[in-house]
Amino acid sequence: MPPRDSERPDDLLPDIFRRWFAGRGWAPRAHQLELLEKARDGRSTLLIAPTGAGKTLAGFLPSLVELAERPTARNSVRPTGVHTLYISPLKALAVDVARNLERPAEEMRLPIRIETRTGDTPASRRQRQRRDPPDILLTTPEQIALLLASADAEPLFGDLRRIVLDELHALAGSKRGDLLSLGLARLRAIAPLAQTVGLSATVADPDTLRRWLVPQRGAHEMGDVVVAEAGAAPSLSMLDSAAHVPWAGHTARHALKEIYRLITANTTTLVFVNTRMQAELLFQELWHVNEANLPIALHHGSLDVGQRRKVEAAMGEGRLKAVVCTSSLDLGIDWGAVDLVINVGAPKGSSRLMQRIGRANHRLDEPSRAVLVPANRFEVLECRAALEAVRAGAQDSTVVRSGALDVLAQHVLGMTCAGPVAADDLYAEVASAEPYAELTRQDFDDVLDFVATGGYALRAYERFARIRQMKDGRWRVANPQMAQQYRLNVGTIVEASMLKVRLAGAKARYGGRVLGEVEEYFAEQLSPGDTFVFAGEVLAFLSIVENEMRVARTHATDPRVPSYAGGKFPLSTFLAAGVRALLADPQRWASLPGQVREWLELQKWRSRLPGRDDLLVETFPRGGRHYLVAYPFEGRLAHQTLGMLLTRRLDRARLNPLGFMANDYAIAIYGMSDLSLALAQGRLSLDGLFDADMLGDDLEDWLAESSLMKRTFRQCAIISGLIERRFPGKEKNARQVTMSTDLIYDVLRRHEPGHVLLRAARADAATGLLDIRRLSDMLMRIRGRIEHVPLARVSPLAVPVMLEIGRERVAGEASEALLAEAEDELIREAMGGADAGRDGAG
Amino acid sequence: MEPMRAATALDERDEEADGFLLAGARLVLDPAGALWWPAERMLIAADLHLEKGSSFAARGVPLPPYDTRATLALLTEIVARWNPRTLVMLGDSFHDRRGAARLGALERDMLAGLSAGREMVWVAGNHDPDPMPGLGGVHVEELRVGPLTLRHEPSAGAATGEIAGHLHPVARLLLRGRSLRRRCFASDGARLVMPALGAYAGGLNIRDAALAGLFGGPYIAHLVGGARIYRFAYHACLPDR
Repeated sequence: MPPRDSERPDDLLPDIFRRWFAGRGWAPRAHQLELLEKARDGRSTLLIAPTGAGKTLAGFLPSLVELAERPTARNSVRPTGVHTLYISPLKALAVDVARNLERPAEEMRLPIRIETRTGDTPASRRQRQRRDPPDILLTTPEQIALLLASADAEPLFGDLRRIVLDELHALAGSKRGDLLSLGLARLRAIAPLAQTVGLSATVADPDTLRRWLVPQRGAHEMGDVVVAEAGAAPSLSMLDSAAHVPWAGHTARHALKEIYRLITANTTTLVFVNTRMQAELLFQELWHVNEANLPIALHHGSLDVGQRRKVEAAMGEGRLKAVVCTSSLDLGIDWGAVDLVINVGAPKGSSRLMQRIGRANHRLDEPSRAVLVPANRFEVLECRAALEAVRAGAQDSTVVRSGALDVLAQHVLGMTCAGPVAADDLYAEVASAEPYAELTRQDFDDVLDFVATGGYALRAYERFARIRQMKDGRWRVANPQMAQQYRLNVGTIVEASMLKVRLAGAKARYGGRVLGEVEEYFAEQLSPGDTFVFAGEVLAFLSIVENEMRVARTHATDPRVPSYAGGKFPLSTFLAAGVRALLADPQRWASLPGQVREWLELQKWRSRLPGRDDLLVETFPRGGRHYLVAYPFEGRLAHQTLGMLLTRRLDRARLNPLGFMANDYAIAIYGMSDLSLALAQGRLSLDGLFDADMLGDDLEDWLAESSLMKRTFRQCAIISGLIERRFPGKEKNARQVTMSTDLIYDVLRRHEPGHVLLRAARADAATGLLDIRRLSDMLMRIRGRIEHVPLARVSPLAVPVMLEIGRERVAGEASEALLAEAEDELIREAMGGADAGRDGAG
Repeated sequence: MEPMRAATALDERDEEADGFLLAGARLVLDPAGALWWPAERMLIAADLHLEKGSSFAARGVPLPPYDTRATLALLTEIVARWNPRTLVMLGDSFHDRRGAARLGALERDMLAGLSAGREMVWVAGNHDPDPMPGLGGVHVEELRVGPLTLRHEPSAGAATGEIAGHLHPVARLLLRGRSLRRRCFASDGARLVMPALGAYAGGLNIRDAALAGLFGGPYIAHLVGGARIYRFAYHACLPDR
C-alpha cells in the first residue's frame, strides 16, 4: 500500500469501505483504524479487545483494504499465493469467521476469494487450494503444520502479507501454541514481509504475546499493541442462596431452584460448570425441576460431535433457553441472544471467569451479566475473591514455561519433510519463536539427534536413521514412509484413549445409538451393573465390546458418580492468594453470606485461621484414626502430589499413614499413629516433614511408578513421533499402546534417565498433572512459617476436605500391599463358607 | 490361608516358595516370572522377545535400545537364584529372525554368561522359528521331559502336562477402585501358560477367549510380584474388553 500523508487515520479507509460502514449505520471503531495505521507502518500488532468489539473485522480490515486496492492481476503471469492467513484454535470459529468475512467482501464486491481449510475439507478441494490458493485462507494450527511440511509451502506462502492469529491468549502457553509458534517462525522465513496481527482477550502479561508476533533475536523485540476501548463493566453477582450452603461437593444441588428461576427469567442462559460429570449431573437435575419444559440442552467434550453441532445450531437459531456446558464453550462462535451466564462451582481463575462472562451479550455498550453459584463453602470464598478480581480487572498470571521439546521434535521432522534443512539455519529459525527464544543449542541438537536415531547414548540405531545428512551437511527425511508417518501424527492433542458409549440394542450383537465417548480409565473402574450419569441419562454399564462400552438405560435414582467430580482446572495461584487474603482479614467478611461467616468465626474460635503467608497445620483424632490437615490453597493437582510425598515420608518415619484426601484448598492425611503426640514428643517435625527436599529422592521414587507420570510420558512419546498414534504391529487399540509406553518408560528411566524425552515429560510434570513447580513454590514460601494447632476434634475448616469423595490410599500406586491384602481377603472369603461371598446382587 | 499354602507349597528349600504340581511334576513359580523344575534342575523362561527395540527401530520407530539388556539382566538374576543345569528358552526368544545378529557386544556377553556351564535349549517360536547362528545350545521344536511337554504355542484341546508361552498372559484386578495389570502364569493344574519375560512384551488378558478357551474349567492366575507370587481365581480377575 502506498504511504499516505494525511494525519487523519480515517483517510486510510478507502471510500468504498467508508460507504459500506455508513450503509450499515456503523462508524469504524478507533482500534480498527489504528490497526490500519499499524499495517501502513509495517508493524506487527497485538489487538487486545473484549468480545463484541469488532475484533475480527479489525484484524481483517487491513487485508481487505490491501486486497481491494491491489491491481486486478488474477489473470496475470503467475498464480499468486495466499495473501492473508487466519489461524484459529477452533475449526468452527474459522468457518464462522469466513462466513462473517464473506459479507463485507460481497457487499463491497471486492475481488477476494476466501476459503477455509480444516480436517473436514475434502481432499479434492485441499489439492486445488495448493494449486490455486485463495486470497484469504482460514485454518487451524495443525493444518498449518501440515502445509508447511510439504514442498508446496514456498509457492503457497511466498506472497503472504498478513497473518491473523485469533484467540492468541488461548493458544500461547500450550503445546498447541508451541507448534503454532514454530510454524509462524517458518512462515516468516518463507515470507519475511508478512506482518502478524494477534487478537487476544485481556491478559495479565501482554508482552509475551507481543513477542510472539515478531522474530526473537537477542533483544526481546515486541510487536506493537492496540488496546480497544473497554466495554461496559460486567454486571456480576454471587447467588446468595437461601438454602443451606453445603460443606463439600460440587453439584450445587441446593441452588437448583434458584438456577432454574434465573433461566426462566432470561432469554438465553449459558450455564458453565467445570467438569463433564458436573455438567451431566446438573443437566439431569435441571430436567427434574423443569416444570415449564423449557428447552435446556447439554454440551461437553465427550458428547458425540453430531450431537454437539446440533446444540450449537439450535443455539445459533435462538431455539434454546439454556445450555449446560463445560469449557467446551469457553471459546467459540458469538451467540447474540445469550443474555446471562451462570457459573456453577468454583471459578478457579479470574481470566477463565472473564472469558466466560464475555460469552453473554456480545454488544459492547451493554454490560455482560453473570451470576456465580458456589457449590460449597470454600467456593463461596473463591467466588468472592473472583468477584473482586473481575471488578478490578485483575487477570491470572500465566505460568512461565518454555517451548516443549517433544513438539520441537515433531516440527523438526516436519521441516525435513518439506525439503533439506541445515541445522544452523533451523536452530536460528526455531529460536526466533517466542516459546523457544531461550532454547540452547545443546537441547536443539539433542532433539535433532532424537529425530534422527532416537538420540540414545548407546548409538545402536545409526543404520535405521529416520532423517539423514546429505553430503552438504543438510538433513533430509530418510524415506517417503517417514513423511507419511509425520502426516498421520501431526498435532499436539493426544486424546486419552476413549471408548464409545453405545446403547445395547435389542439384538445384542449390533448395538443401538452412540451417546458419546468416555475416557477409558473411567470405564476401567466400572463393573457390570454399575450405574452412572452420561448424556443426561442414568445408564448401567453392561460390557465392553472392542472399543465400545455397551450400556442400557435404567431407572436407577442413585447413580454411581465418579470420584473425580472436582474441578478439572486447579485453583489459580492468583485466586488462591485472594482467598487467603480474604480468610486472614475478618474485616472483609461482611460481604460473605451469614452461614459462611459463622463457619469462619467458629474456625477462629476453635482453631485459628490460615494466614496470608503461613501454612496452617491441624492434627486431631477422629473415629479411631488420627488426622493431619494442612491448608496450602495450591490446587488439587499440587495437593495430590504433596499427599503422595507426605505419606511416603510419614511411612518412612513409621507413623503409619493410611491415605489422604485433597481438594483445591486443603489436604488431609489419615493414619493410625497419634501425630499430635509425635509432634509434642519431637518424634516428628513439621518443618522436616514439609521440607522442600521432598522434591528430591522422594519425588524420584514416586515418579518411577506414578501412573500420572506414565500418562505424561505417553503424550510426549506420541507428540515427539517416537511412537505413532496407532502403534504399528498387531496391537489394535490404545489400551495396548498404554501398556507399551509404560514398558518403554520403565526401561528408558532405568537406562538413560537424562534422555530428551524424559526431560520433556518432566517439564510437563512440572506444570501439568503433577503441578510440581507450584508445590515447590509453596514449600519455599512456607519455610519456617508453619503454624501447628493440635486439636481434640475436627475443626470447622477441615470438614470439607474430610468429606472429599476421592480418597488416595497409601500404596495406592505401589500395589504390592494391596495385592497381598486382596489375596488374603479372597482366601478368607473362600474359607469362610458360602454365605460370606456375596452381599446381594445389584 | 495356611491350609491352601500347605497343600501347594512343595519346595523343600523354602516353605514360602510358590510350589506347584503339574501332571505329577513338582514345579516352582519363580516370583520374577520363570519356572523352576527342581527335580530336573531345569529353568524355563518364555517370550523374551530380545531385540524388539531394534526390530522396531528398523521400521522407523526407535524405541530405547535397552530392552535386551534389561531382559537379560532379569534372567541373570533368576538364573543366579536357582543355578539350573538346563536353561530352556520357550520360544519367541528373539523378536524377529535376524535378532541374534543385531545383539550388541554387552548383550552377547550377558547371553554367554547365562549359558556358561549349562545346557541351553532354544525352543522354536513363531517369531524365531529357525536356529540362529552363534547362539550355541540346541534348537528344538518342542521338548518332552518325563510327564511334561514344553512347547512355544499351546496346543488346541486338552493337553495334560503342557507348558507353553506365546500368549503373554496378564491379569487385571480392581483393588480399591484402582485398576492394576500384572503378568501372570495361568494354569488349571493340567496345563500351564507362562508369562512373557521380555521388557517390551505386551500382554493378553487371561479372560480373553484365546486363553480362557485353553482351559476347560476354572483356572488360576499366579501374578508375578517380583518378591512373591499372588494367586487369584480367574473369575476374580477382570476382562479388558
